[in-house]
Amino acid sequence: MKATVRIMLKQGVLDPQGKAIEHALSALGFSGVGEVRQGKLITLELDDADPAAARERVRDMCEKLLANTVIEDYEIEIGE
Amino acid sequence: MKSALLLFPGINRDPDMARALEIATGARPVPVWHTETELPQGTDLVVIPGGFSYGDYLRAGAIAARSPVMKAVVEAAGRGVRVLGVCNGFQILTESGLLPGALMRNAGLKFVCRTVRLKVENDATFFTKRMKRGDVLPCPVAHHDGNYFADEETLKRLEGEGRVVFRYAEGTNPNGSINDIAGIMNERGNVIGMMPHPEDRVEDLHGGTECLPLFESIVQEVVA
Repeated sequence: MKATVRIMLKQGVLDPQGKAIEHALSALGFSGVGEVRQGKLITLELDDADPAAARERVRDMCEKLLANTVIEDYEIEIGE
Repeated sequence: MKSALLLFPGINRDPDMARALEIATGARPVPVWHTETELPQGTDLVVIPGGFSYGDYLRAGAIAARSPVMKAVVEAAGRGVRVLGVCNGFQILTESGLLPGALMRNAGLKFVCRTVRLKVENDATFFTKRMKRGDVLPCPVAHHDGNYFADEETLKRLEGEGRVVFRYAEGTNPNGSINDIAGIMNERGNVIGMMPHPEDRVEDLHGGTECLPLFESIVQEVVA
């Protein structure tokens, strides 16, 4: 089973890399682009058979390592 | 006085730190590899030097903070053993939960390598006893992720409880740190983390010895 974790800086936490991308897009002539924020995508291959148990395990991984919850939020997607 | 110097793959500032500790305390620190599960018997001080543990993968300090030796450090800190983390060491201390907040990418996005002016905000700690509040020292910084962040409530506590140990003096904040914070301590006062490198300002060859009293403070504290 495959799990995907999407990690983004919390709203309200300044994202200087997102800002730099925003400015670079504008310098390239892309207009009409609002706030840009960037994050991380982590994919995991899991042995689990039960999606609910897998989600719970990945949540534990996020809390213990994958995300720093002081500054980041995470979303978990469990796939086939 | 016995100090333990932690080593992780990718740490590279340990020789400078070992030298500064030896100059100030007269004893070479004991190197401790990250796979160790115990600190040397009778350790008075644990120092986590700077560098790029695990290549800063995932987040700076994140992998090192979960290594076996850090369990021993958390346990020792709980017993009151003093812990100092510099640069990557500070990042490892926040990632391990020994210090609050987080160190984010520099606001200017660039790696900064220069000398800042470091202001002593609390002169009652084990690393600042020989200084006076308001003293300003030249001190080098060299980092990419030194932008200190803490939520409003944490920040209020740090400021209210005098736990901001160092600030970048006006106009020298190199990374966008909130409230110009350069170094903080835990509630008990036995764990200190800072981004600048005081170990690189302790010999004439460094251009000055202004940061040597910080290391001498440790001796004064431990012997006292």
